[in-house]
Amino acid sequence: MKKPVATRLLPVALAMAGLALPLTAQAHRAWIVPAATALSSDNPWVTFDAAISNDIFHPDYHAMPLTHLTVTAPDGSAAEIQNAHTGKYRSTFDLNLTQRGTYKVSSAGSFVIAMWEENGERKRWRGDADGLKDAIPAGADNVRIIESARRLETYVTAGAPTLEVFTPTGKGLELVPVTHPNDLFAGEEATFQLLIDGEPAAAAEVEVIPGGMRYRNQQDEITASTDKQGRFSLTWPAAGMYWLSAELQDDKSSIPNASRRASYTGTFEVLPQ
Amino acid sequence: MRTLVSAALLLATASAGAAELSVSVDIPRLNVAEYHRPYVAIWLEPEQGAPTTLAVWYDIKLRDSEGEKWLKDMRQWWRRDGRGLSMPVDGVSGATRAVGTHTVSFQSGQAPLGELAPGNYTLLVEAAREVGGREVLSIPFTWPVTGAFSESVTGDTELGGVRLDITP
Repeated sequence: MKKPVATRLLPVALAMAGLALPLTAQAHRAWIVPAATALSSDNPWVTFDAAISNDIFHPDYHAMPLTHLTVTAPDGSAAEIQNAHTGKYRSTFDLNLTQRGTYKVSSAGSFVIAMWEENGERKRWRGDADGLKDAIPAGADNVRIIESARRLETYVTAGAPTLEVFTPTGKGLELVPVTHPNDLFAGEEATFQLLIDGEPAAAAEVEVIPGGMRYRNQQDEITASTDKQGRFSLTWPAAGMYWLSAELQDDKSSIPNASRRASYTGTFEVLPQ
Repeated sequence: MRTLVSAALLLATASAGAAELSVSVDIPRLNVAEYHRPYVAIWLEPEQGAPTTLAVWYDIKLRDSEGEKWLKDMRQWWRRDGRGLSMPVDGVSGATRAVGTHTVSFQSGQAPLGELAPGNYTLLVEAAREVGGREVLSIPFTWPVTGAFSESVTGDTELGGVRLDITP
């Protein structure tokens, strides 16, 4: 009965948001990985895998439900995925890039968690911000409220990279290019900006892990934290697929007396010179 | 061969006196089980400013423009210029070439070379082959030239010799 919090939350997170909740360092990692990110020809297709696992891009734990997945086309309109399938360990789908420019594939959501004690018993509630005020009974002790937003993204480009899909929504943690995510090359430095609820996300912790973990003995993670403008930079050590995860926790929630937690996770392809 | 091509171009464009830039690319014979002719891109990069694509050799005759799907495999060219172009480009797109030495010439003032501003440039030749490898070679030069300029480099895998001749 005394399981760690993250373990107890995980099934709920999977069911509601389609993602593991990055509450602890032990949380599983969610990812959407495209087979390619830079495409030529007028009408290219890209196939994707989406899963939740410890080993980056190695599906061996849980398929990622595709119910919350959205695709934004270069002109800002919504695009449809095709041939979606969810298997035991991974979901797959295809995307037809009918426009030239950069597409965003995204799964994002937000929720509120409240924890309190009632007559000495620990209680927990999860829902949206509107339901919060009716959730916690009068006389609850040690109330803790967490506003949580998570976002999982990747990007693919037909022809030259474009910026329209990076227009911030102002919700949760979002990535804005200084370097375009589909213009990354081994040995070069890339700079990105993170926004939290539309404002520069200062002091967010960023972790970047190269794919192919299964065939090495260390995580080989690169860590960074954002500056006052929400910016961070890193130099790509080699070509390959990378998993980038950023987290921010502070007390600047729009909900009174709540803490704010936000995560951004992206898959980035780095090409050889 | 080069002289013949140049002469033909000169007659066609009637721009006698314009400088000529001639690129010769050696596509090597490779001892491989499955051989496909390489895709080749030839382009110029100025120190500052936009690159100029001079030639792209690819499968231009495949149904549904299927050959364009693999243009991205010439990664350096794709990044520098290809991804912003709408293929095919007249006078730039061409069929893949067989094993052997192929020479293409370009006149200043004429497409696709156009008028080059004085400065330092790099000629780049990139080859990418289906079920094969990729190689990029480069030759730096300064424009304009006062006398005849000639420089060669030799590839290791997908390209043999690449030679640049400029006549003022």
